[in-house]
Amino acid sequence: MKWDPRIEEMPVDELAQLQYKRLKTLVYRLYSFSDFYHARMKEHSVHPDDIRSLEDASKLPFMYKSDLRDNYPDRLFTSSQDELVRYHVSSGTTGKPTVVGYTQNDLEIWTTSLARGLTACGIGRGDVMQVSYGYGLFTGGLGLHYGAERIGATVVPTSVGNTERQIELMQDLRVTAIACTPSYMVHIGEVAEKMGVSINRDTDLRTAVLGAEPWSEQMKKHIEESMGIRAYNIYGTSEMSGPMFCDCPENKGVHIWGDIAYTEVIDPDTGEKLPDGEKGELVITILQKEALPMIRYRTGDITSIDTSVCPCGRTHPRIDRIRGRVDDMLIIRGINVFPSQVEHTLLSIPEVSGHFLILVDRKGALDDMMVQVEMNPEAFSDKVQDIMEIRSKVAHILKNSLNISVGVELVAPGTLPRFEGKAKRVIDRRSI
Amino acid sequence: METTEYVIKQISVFSENKPGRLAAIAKALQDEKINIFAFSIAEAKGFGVVRLLVDRPEPALKKLADIGFMVSFTDVIAVKMKDEPGGLYDTARILGDSGINIEYSYAYSGREAAVLILRVDRVDEAITKLVGNDADLLKAGVFS
Repeated sequence: MKWDPRIEEMPVDELAQLQYKRLKTLVYRLYSFSDFYHARMKEHSVHPDDIRSLEDASKLPFMYKSDLRDNYPDRLFTSSQDELVRYHVSSGTTGKPTVVGYTQNDLEIWTTSLARGLTACGIGRGDVMQVSYGYGLFTGGLGLHYGAERIGATVVPTSVGNTERQIELMQDLRVTAIACTPSYMVHIGEVAEKMGVSINRDTDLRTAVLGAEPWSEQMKKHIEESMGIRAYNIYGTSEMSGPMFCDCPENKGVHIWGDIAYTEVIDPDTGEKLPDGEKGELVITILQKEALPMIRYRTGDITSIDTSVCPCGRTHPRIDRIRGRVDDMLIIRGINVFPSQVEHTLLSIPEVSGHFLILVDRKGALDDMMVQVEMNPEAFSDKVQDIMEIRSKVAHILKNSLNISVGVELVAPGTLPRFEGKAKRVIDRRSI
Repeated sequence: METTEYVIKQISVFSENKPGRLAAIAKALQDEKINIFAFSIAEAKGFGVVRLLVDRPEPALKKLADIGFMVSFTDVIAVKMKDEPGGLYDTARILGDSGINIEYSYAYSGREAAVLILRVDRVDEAITKLVGNDADLLKAGVFS
């Protein structure tokens, strides 16, 4: 099934023409209305007239996550506030969040993109879809919610947490599809087992749309076989709008709709565009975004591109599973965490120092993040209770800043490793 | 009354809860030929606080700090108890009647008597009350 076969099966050359037309319009618009991007183009001596083909996109300067942070909260916006209908907020690299704004049209394009993707995953009218992504400032919950409603599915907006109740509702409301992180899916399977519920036999669940964190082909197989469901991959970052693009039953990569986005994979060191199949950094241009246009946005995600036509008939380019990060960003239970953000937060707490180590494990199915931090000697008290209070305080402040709960271990000054040059502050022991 | 002579400097050491930490503390004190009269460990999840009464507190503190331990002095008092039934009651009762709270305490049985080491919320008042009730307090000089 295809949501919009005319677009999804558009001949490759026609699609390229459409992309070129939209890119050109976007560049002219930004050059005229975005002080930021105007200045950046001038810096790189590029004028909109230099864009004479789709390939000329490579002349355009990149945008980075730091651009959003440096222009917090809304200085990159090209729509005025009265044109916006929503904000989402995600964590930034230094404790400062990044804000994404949406016009009605932006929501429309996001929703359309998901309607196509969810349809490709075999979901539609008659399905009951449980959205177990967080609702709120995070883009996952509301994004999938609107996409699922658009295709006529019945949404159960469970958000995350209270897993036993989620499983009860899954049974009672005859849920057939779910959207969540892959690790939460595994967790649901484990909790169900403890409750004596077999997802395979005792529920109607048959489709899972999983994303917001990297996961492997092996994990997909495990989920599919242990629960008797089909698991699909969904990709997107808040800078693009949110989770936006899905794969299809062919399992040959996530379709990035060409009419919505122009996709490149580059060598992160040289910035050169890489050919099909070669691993590099994913760079995305969202072609029709109004409130917060992103041109050649460096996602930091490592993948490769396949521009051949998918056996499902869709002509749009596909990207492989995300293989890692260019920077040191961590994804913990679907939430982006930057070690620099942890450092920034810890430095604001007088009882501890900036020397820390992040240990990431997977406990059962769920990510577990532990921050070891050195205490300041002045804060040392002979009373155990006082130290426990410092630990609670640090955990509380980190939770507020990172939006996830993390464990905290206080250690004596000088006991954590010191670094010359680039610090290695993360030990990630997860195997996915 | 003058209470300072009864205020004893206890060394408190922060220690991660892992094998070999106590041995490292003990080794450091042995190297400095420092004798430990009494000690206790308060444990919490992931860490502990080792508390020590030693014969030479200043060099002990310096040595432990030098090898990387987080250390501090804590004021405690030491009460000689009769090593017989009711000995602890005599001391605890005086503090309880005076509304002084014991934050923690540990004891050792010495050659001459049993000794109770106390950290209380109001040190000076505790000393005054105990001495006033004929309790036998050890003087700081005993430990240095």
